[in-house]
Amino acid sequence: MATPPRSTPRALISSAEIDTRMIGMVAALFVIWIGFHIASGGVFLTARNLWNLSVQASSIAVMSTGMVLIIVTRHIDLSVGSVLGFTAMMMGVVQAEFLPPLIGYDNGMTWILALALGMVIGISVGAFHGYVIAYLGVPAFIVTLGGLLAWRGAAWWVTSGRTVAPMDETFRLIGGGTVGSIGETWTWIVAGIICLGIIGVLVNGRMQRSRFGFPKRPIWAEALLAICGCGFALGAAAVANAYPWPRRVAERYAEAQGIAIPEGGLTISHGFAVPVIIALVVGVVMTLIATRTRFGRYVFAIGGNPEAADLAGIDTRWITLKIFALMGALCAIGAAISTARLNAATNAQGTLDELFVIAAAVIGGTSLGGGVGTIVGAMLGAVVMQSLQSGMVLIGIDTPLQSIVVGIVLVFAVWLDTVYRRRSA
Amino acid sequence: MTALVEMKDISISFGGVHAVEDVSVDLHPGEVVALLGHNGAGKSTLIKILSGAYRRDQGTIMVDGKEATIDNPRDAKAYGIETIYQTLALADNVDATANLFLGRELLTRWGTLDDGAMEAETRRVMNRLNPNFKRFKEPVKALSGGQRQSVAIARALLFNARILIMDEPTAALGPQETTQVAELTQQLKADGLGIFLISHDIHDVFDLADRLSVMKNGKLVGSARVEDVTKDEVLGMIILGKCPPGAIPGPGAATSEELAGIAS
Repeated sequence: MATPPRSTPRALISSAEIDTRMIGMVAALFVIWIGFHIASGGVFLTARNLWNLSVQASSIAVMSTGMVLIIVTRHIDLSVGSVLGFTAMMMGVVQAEFLPPLIGYDNGMTWILALALGMVIGISVGAFHGYVIAYLGVPAFIVTLGGLLAWRGAAWWVTSGRTVAPMDETFRLIGGGTVGSIGETWTWIVAGIICLGIIGVLVNGRMQRSRFGFPKRPIWAEALLAICGCGFALGAAAVANAYPWPRRVAERYAEAQGIAIPEGGLTISHGFAVPVIIALVVGVVMTLIATRTRFGRYVFAIGGNPEAADLAGIDTRWITLKIFALMGALCAIGAAISTARLNAATNAQGTLDELFVIAAAVIGGTSLGGGVGTIVGAMLGAVVMQSLQSGMVLIGIDTPLQSIVVGIVLVFAVWLDTVYRRRSA
Repeated sequence: MTALVEMKDISISFGGVHAVEDVSVDLHPGEVVALLGHNGAGKSTLIKILSGAYRRDQGTIMVDGKEATIDNPRDAKAYGIETIYQTLALADNVDATANLFLGRELLTRWGTLDDGAMEAETRRVMNRLNPNFKRFKEPVKALSGGQRQSVAIARALLFNARILIMDEPTAALGPQETTQVAELTQQLKADGLGIFLISHDIHDVFDLADRLSVMKNGKLVGSARVEDVTKDEVLGMIILGKCPPGAIPGPGAATSEELAGIAS
């Protein structure tokens, strides 16, 4: 009896248009997580650790999305750590020392003004780098190497090296922590919105394909993608909600709010931390920019063939300037997150961040040769980097050894990627 | 009849080297004008001035008898001047659709890229040009030489070009694809496009072109109707700069003394 032709797994995956590279990254992340979980005696895969991990990864994740666009256009930005330090210091000084005498402490406007100033500074610094690179023709490596030194010095200059603290109460919410989380109900609502968003994107994509009569994904693949996406969102929400406030904090809060403490203790869930929400929003917006706008299309075209982009009438210099300005804005967001989390602006803030940001983008599949990279890959890369860091701290590996491991993993990941690309090309 | 394009006394120099010096050429609707010359004779440079890739130092460009301002590729495209470059000038890392619409993307009413509409249009155009083409989702670098060439041609034709510049359009192609390009050229000519054809292949030129202009060391040796000159005479123009009686001599034509000097 003849059996119907069976499709190979490879053909199935390609008909479903699933990115095998991304599956590989997620799988690698799970291997790392499980490895650390076992090595740490069951501490790694706990709600508390994962929640902390998400908060710690968010600043690097935010900046790595911008680094993708920079590396895609065959540039590099070595200055992000120093720009973060400088904008952090400016935001700190403004809210802790400059604004209070003018508009009073605990003014509702303080955090907005500080954040706005940080954004303006970040964008200006980035645009300035971009101008020198695009219009004066100095290589990005040199310009941002100069920036690495100059902005670190400028950060010191603002307060002569003094640490600025504390930050504004509202501003601190940006950094997460017990109060900087959105709580159980809102976490479920956010997860629900994410699920609706995933389904909406899938349905819309299918409708677009029908409209133009293009080949469609098999329905099982659509369903699988929807289930995986929604499962991930709901799972993350469940984990974030499984991490309760410390008992004392919860009791004090209950006392202040006049809530009776039930028998067996009061449980208040953290839910998603605000910086994680910020990173998610940045990720979505940056993905839209990279894939759905002219600007994003030009970024990739320039990365693939700068001369062709020029001949196609694209103003490559202006695009370059905008990419660096965008990177500056993301540095400011990263600065806000880390300043709020530390509840202080310090002179050394963001040191070595440039290397983590570049590593996150590269581990996430951004090719230093230009033209290739995804936002979601870079954000996953940031989570991988942070998982390595936290995991090694948990199992008590010495700091110097941590650096050695991170360095080796970076090189190994890029080598793996090179092999993968060569075989799939 | 006014010329579609008239380039008058065009000069450009790079670091003291005159790449193009006082060159004048013109092109009428439904006409193919070939530009010939050695490597480094200045053909590609001249054509890049018309396509907006380079800015001329001197000279005027007239389109439809009116002076045209062409300072960048966008200006040229606005006049309906499209170019198929020798290097194809494709962004290798994105797909055919992205390349076809590069710099002129269709947008939805939200201001985002309308990928569906662009892909539909791409499928339509590519179907006409190269019905075997199926690889719409793959980056252009995965395509064969001929497929890449058809993407570059499709891009030039997509926006209703009136003036088409083809820089060595068959250099990377096999015999069958070369024939296809020749047929396409005839068809476009019949549609009333003006075509500048840059080619090394003198046989191609005699098959396709109505007129030819020869350049040597950045200067125009001369221009002629194809039927007024022989292939040998054209070779003489390319190699020696010797302008035959059937051609109109340009500033670069060798004088009889120079020719005597070469002969002795």
